Amino acid sequence: MGDELRLPIAADVDVVEARQQGRALAAVAGFSSGEQTVIAAAISEIARNILMYAKKGEIILSLVQNGDRQGVSVVAIDQGPGITDIERAMQYGYSTSHGVGAGLPGAKRLMDDFDLQSTPGQGTTVTMTKWRRAI
Amino acid sequence: MEVPILRQGQYLIASIQSALTDADLSHLREALIAQVGRSRCRGVIVDVTALDVMDSFAVRTLRDIAHMARLRGAETVIVGIQPDVAFAMVQLGLTLKGVATVLDLEEGLAFLNRRTEERTFETKPKKPSGRG
Ligand SMILES: Nc1ncnc2c1ncn2[C@@H]1O[C@H](COP(=O)(O)OP(=O)(O)O)[C@@H](O)[C@H]1O
Ligand SMILES: [Mg+2]
Repeated sequence: MGDELRLPIAADVDVVEARQQGRALAAVAGFSSGEQTVIAAAISEIARNILMYAKKGEIILSLVQNGDRQGVSVVAIDQGPGITDIERAMQYGYSTSHGVGAGLPGAKRLMDDFDLQSTPGQGTTVTMTKWRRAI
Repeated sequence: MEVPILRQGQYLIASIQSALTDADLSHLREALIAQVGRSRCRGVIVDVTALDVMDSFAVRTLRDIAHMARLRGAETVIVGIQPDVAFAMVQLGLTLKGVATVLDLEEGLAFLNRRTEERTFETKPKKPSGRG
């Protein structure tokens, strides 16, 4: 493995690019088209959050392996304002921007592993992985 | 990537051809609402068959289009949501509440034909029919 794709997020076109690259990587890893869409949707929400709340950041995509399972890992990093109340931010419907409040909880539901680290004033890192179902 | 908007009779048909950025989606909303007013059309069809993903922003924009069009006298129907896209939408907890969705363009046209007939009957009192 080791190969990773680093994608800057600073404009709305970058959100589309990131989710399309995520889809392509998932296809390489043998994910079904349904799972590719799931991964792309999660990336879209997380990339959108970078743009919306931090203005800019980065998404790192890579293939990961755990035993004989293969997965797609998505790491989203920004140095934006951070999140004060992570528990609330993870609740469906909670939004500080009159948004739907579905991005974080939705991405968590779409992916298998989901981790959110955030420090107010320093930034936010979302790490999420989708594992391929064993055949 | 601009979305072409075609006029067919009393309807406007917007066929999304590829993945859209937020700016593209916002532009589509503005263009449709402007054209609904200008052309006095009765229905709007948004064909999303080619859309790769429906995230929060796309769903919100489609809902806005439907609500704004209704305020200007036109019904909206979304056609062509792909099964994979629908699945991810549901997992995200996103709904198109209050917006009509049907399988394809043909059903979309049939839906609008029915709806615009109903509306005509609602607004105009039925004329006494000529033959008894
Ligand atoms: N990268 C981020 N930086 C700072 N705050 C964030 C970030 N991502 C999410 N948030 C906060 O978490 C809240 C919930 O996010 P989300 O579930 O995507 O819903 P929405 O974006 O619709 O508000 C946001 O309203 C925002 O306050
Ligand atoms: Mg969000």
